[in-house]
Amino acid sequence: MTDTTTIQTREAGFGDYVALLKPRVMSLVVFTALVGLLVAPVSLHPVEAFAAILFIALGAGASGALNMWYDADIDAVMRRTRSRPIPTGRVEAGEALAVGLALSGISVVMLALSTNLMAAALLAFTIFFYAVVYSHWLKRSTPKNMVSGGAAGASPPMIGWVAATGSLSVEACLMFGLIFMWTPPHFWALALFMKDDYHTAGVPMLTVTHGRRVTRTHVWAYTLALVPVSLWAALSGIGGPFTLAGAVVLNALFLAGAWRVRARDEAVAEADGYTVEKRLFRFSLAYLFLHFGMFLAEAGLRPFGLGGW
Amino acid sequence: MAFRPDHEIHRRRFSRNLGLGLTLMGFVVLVFALTVVKVTRGDPMQAFDHVLRPELLPAAPATPGATP
Repeated sequence: MTDTTTIQTREAGFGDYVALLKPRVMSLVVFTALVGLLVAPVSLHPVEAFAAILFIALGAGASGALNMWYDADIDAVMRRTRSRPIPTGRVEAGEALAVGLALSGISVVMLALSTNLMAAALLAFTIFFYAVVYSHWLKRSTPKNMVSGGAAGASPPMIGWVAATGSLSVEACLMFGLIFMWTPPHFWALALFMKDDYHTAGVPMLTVTHGRRVTRTHVWAYTLALVPVSLWAALSGIGGPFTLAGAVVLNALFLAGAWRVRARDEAVAEADGYTVEKRLFRFSLAYLFLHFGMFLAEAGLRPFGLGGW
Repeated sequence: MAFRPDHEIHRRRFSRNLGLGLTLMGFVVLVFALTVVKVTRGDPMQAFDHVLRPELLPAAPATPGATP
């Protein structure tokens, strides 16, 4: 018992391991996967549905731990991520890798056993995509890293759908597309007011490589591209008149916010503390939540002969 | 009566042990519940086991005039 500090860094509490799984991201995964599973035309037994959601979320958590292991060096530099378990020394990097790999295996195998192989294969591919393709290859090499990272975040509702039905469909792909197209404007709005962070870490965020003017235009352009996906989803089998009406309103608001962000001058934005950008970021979270909430409501109304087309 | 006041490390270690213990118990309960559901709903639970099981073969279309 000579060196207490080394011992302290080696003894993590349970909460530190939970923090490795990015619980806040997991809550969004749980919600979207649950919607994907519940709007599917085939219904699972509640225990199977619970297991499916749990293991999809666990798989997402595992890829979060792998990402924290790989990105510990940038996390230590950025204000937003400085208090994560590895940079603060609460969990060792090797431990995070072990937790990530073990949980990846458990979640994929258990999803296969509780639902079907196709869903498990999609989960395995998502973990691989996020931990290797995004974290390893793309995040530090291309300013469009957000676009590719969105593909990993977009898959939970698709996996939920496949867990219930056993196969892919247009509706599952539209739910995927909705989150995929939503991710870039959402994160670029964040990057606009999280100013120096990515800069210090040397991550080629669009704001760093192409400047803030270009980023503002990109927020607008990607929001425009999101609209048809959202409307198509509202017109598809998971939508209905109620969803369509809601989607029109949500998209109009998103477009208006993105246009305001695009039209602003950097000096004006800096003067008022990036209120418009922050508002767009918060609105984008509500947009996704409400959009999926509408799919769910539509499925809930169906037994009463109200929802759906 | 505690001989010495607990060190902060002991509390963290306890939180980890408790958390892991509860997680494992939850996992056992979940696997048990899944098993009950799958068995009672009659999902196919058999696989090849070194002997031929006729009930696992796909149903062959009945051919007219075939002798049994």
